Amino acid sequence: MQMSEYLHWLSWPLLLGGTFFFVAGTLGLLRFPDIYARLHAVTKADTLGLGLIVLGLCLRADGWQPVLMMLLTWVLVMASGATACQLLARYARDEDKSKDKYGDKYASKEARHDDQ
Amino acid sequence: MMISDWLFDGALGLLLLTLAAAVLHTRQLYTSVVLFIAFGLLLALTWARLGAPDLALAEAAIGAGLTGALLLSALARIGTDAEPPVRSSPLSLISATLLALLVLIILLRAILPLADGPVLLTPLALEKLPGSGVDHPVTAVLLNYRAWDTLLELVVLLLALLGVRQLQPATQVIPKPWPLLLAWSRMLAPLALLVGGYVLWRGAFAPGGAFQAGALLAAGAVVLRLNHLLPPVSWQHWLVRLLVVLGLAVFLAVGLASIWLGHGWLEYPPAMAGGLILLIEIAATLSIATSLTLLVVGEKEELRA
Repeated sequence: MQMSEYLHWLSWPLLLGGTFFFVAGTLGLLRFPDIYARLHAVTKADTLGLGLIVLGLCLRADGWQPVLMMLLTWVLVMASGATACQLLARYARDEDKSKDKYGDKYASKEARHDDQ
Repeated sequence: MMISDWLFDGALGLLLLTLAAAVLHTRQLYTSVVLFIAFGLLLALTWARLGAPDLALAEAAIGAGLTGALLLSALARIGTDAEPPVRSSPLSLISATLLALLVLIILLRAILPLADGPVLLTPLALEKLPGSGVDHPVTAVLLNYRAWDTLLELVVLLLALLGVRQLQPATQVIPKPWPLLLAWSRMLAPLALLVGGYVLWRGAFAPGGAFQAGALLAAGAVVLRLNHLLPPVSWQHWLVRLLVVLGLAVFLAVGLASIWLGHGWLEYPPAMAGGLILLIEIAATLSIATSLTLLVVGEKEELRA
């Protein structure tokens, strides 16, 4: 077998692994109870899922230019995903704090929403 | 391979329609805006699948990115507690349906002939390409054959900015940025500058161009401004006004000069076409970037003369 064929077969587990993390991340986003757990799930898709898919596709690439471009895309998506995750989590934490502070007012509002 | 293609395109089409319906029918404006941005990104993907990378770039940069940012900043000004939209009456629903059907018929009449025969415009555009000054047919259409349209697009942008200036948007309170966001924007802004310059330069021979580059530059400036890393871009400053009108001014000057040299309105002399197009594109990029930045983060004190 040729080298490229080996690489082709080697890329399959990586691609499948990446897909698994994307599916798991999406399921987590839909099913997990609160924002922190959801962020935990969805950032796995951003980082690990995309990373595995990029690595898998790198093994199938024709030259080094597409490889570099894909790796750069991965790094950018990972960095922006991590930043966005931190921002959302901190925003949620601040909201939670203010909810604790004015507990009654917000809690009753929430309860009314739940009733509807 | 055909089946996987069909699966992907079918899923994409269904997702687009679902998102479009969701954007219209969501109760909360904020959710609506976020869904609209997702819709724009999927639309960009659709253009890419259809083999139109120019449109895909424009849709991602302007349709999803910039329009999304404009909608979000408008939402921040009116507040997220704004009244949910009133349910429309049956009469307006019926008239909206009729209008939509009418538009659908017009669109079908435009699209159906494409399925029958070869498109006549493509070979025509490719035939004239060697004398147009650029190697990319889309750029040749935008800045040579149909330069008049692009000039008017710049006029539209200028009018939009002047209109917003008359409205004097309320000042929105920008919260103190988190250190993490500061660090990320410090990395992002130079990258936006680099990619913007690259997209502009690439426009001569591959998908890219002034509008996409301008949107990228504006994105970098907006990120910096929102993080207080850039001082207010004040309309009072002569440089800002110059940058806003620069693109239109250069475009008009080239048009007048081409008449003066005896070639006719916006008919470039073939020997100078490449240089002139690049000149117009650079000026237009700077104008577009400044105008878009002002549209997104421009406020009362910034837009006041």
